[in-house]
Amino acid sequence: MPVINVEELTDLDKAKMEVTQLKTEVKLERAKTSKCCEEITEYIQSGAEEDPLVKGIPEEKNPFKEKGGCVIC
Amino acid sequence: MGEMEQMKKEAEGLKTQIEAARKAVNDTDMASAAAGVAPAPRVQLKTRRTLKGHLAKIYAMHWCTDNRLMVSASQDGKLLIWDSHSGNKVNAVPLKSSWVMTCAYAPSGNLVASGGLDNMCTVYNLKTPVIKTVKELDAHAGYLSCCRFLSDNEILTASGDTTCALWDLETGKQTTVFLSHVGDCMCLALSPDNNSFISGACDSLAKLWDIRDGQCKQTFLGHTSDINAISFLPSGNAVVTGSDDCTCKMYDLRADQEVICYQDAALNSGVTSLALSMSGRLVFAGYDDFNCNIWDSLKGEKVGVLSGHDNRVSCTGVPADGMCVCTGSWDSFLKIWN
Repeated sequence: MPVINVEELTDLDKAKMEVTQLKTEVKLERAKTSKCCEEITEYIQSGAEEDPLVKGIPEEKNPFKEKGGCVIC
Repeated sequence: MGEMEQMKKEAEGLKTQIEAARKAVNDTDMASAAAGVAPAPRVQLKTRRTLKGHLAKIYAMHWCTDNRLMVSASQDGKLLIWDSHSGNKVNAVPLKSSWVMTCAYAPSGNLVASGGLDNMCTVYNLKTPVIKTVKELDAHAGYLSCCRFLSDNEILTASGDTTCALWDLETGKQTTVFLSHVGDCMCLALSPDNNSFISGACDSLAKLWDIRDGQCKQTFLGHTSDINAISFLPSGNAVVTGSDDCTCKMYDLRADQEVICYQDAALNSGVTSLALSMSGRLVFAGYDDFNCNIWDSLKGEKVGVLSGHDNRVSCTGVPADGMCVCTGSWDSFLKIWN
């Protein structure tokens, strides 16, 4: 693939590129947001049970727990 | 009508069509869809480690896939490799140029990369007896704002020259240039399946790209200023962005639009960085006002804040096992919280 030199593109080149890009995007098939949000909600909820930052980490299982003795922060 | 005017008219027409198509499928937003979900519990995380060692502002950090090591970059001209469990520095990589803006850890743990105002991405091998520079990737016409390894052989970069690029680390050359943004590219994130990536830029747009064919597949509108941070939801179906317009947004890829905005009237600082908790339920967003706010991604409510830095939070990262969140700041410290 040829290396594009951005600095050599004219305003017209850029305008043509924008139109080409928009022609690609206008053809996209879009799903209903209700369906998408439902799926995302399900995905996140199923993972949240095991998400350490959501459910908390028991002290003994925490690799970052305060080390014994004096801790100078 | 001149050719330029024709192009502009055609572009406006297409944009209007796209907006109508998006509206047609927009039958709800995330907060409404998640109305029945219990709110995330109030999140109160403690600082478990404060990593001291940098002598100037920290601009970037990235976790290694081993969930333990991490690399940070500072304008003191160094990359530091930390063992987050012990808090010890494992390695220091002196940089040729101290104006660093990004760093990355390869999934293998063998390599790290950095770049910034030198317009280059430099790759280092951590596993040789003495840390060696393996490649200097030099072809961008603007600063390097972000880089991410696909493997030990390929790396993606985002640049102030408005392009992103895929590089072959054996030849040191660009395999593909991703051109469509009309403003400096500020951030990028790889999709979980490594087939695509998303970029955010100063043109306030986020774009989804196919890594192999180089094409921009989708463009996401809504922000009103530079997008500084971007991340995929682990499912790969949505992305979260953070912007100088003081908001974060989630965009669904299949609906091709914004589904929720994380904002608060009291917040008038730009978002510099963001990271998602392992499930995607929590969004950790670093702001110019020295804080990192924690958002419930489904409800759009603020559920916590990480306060402790004495200057802007410039970078945020959650390791793959989700066991903590790391914040890095212009105050020169990194903090580990859980």
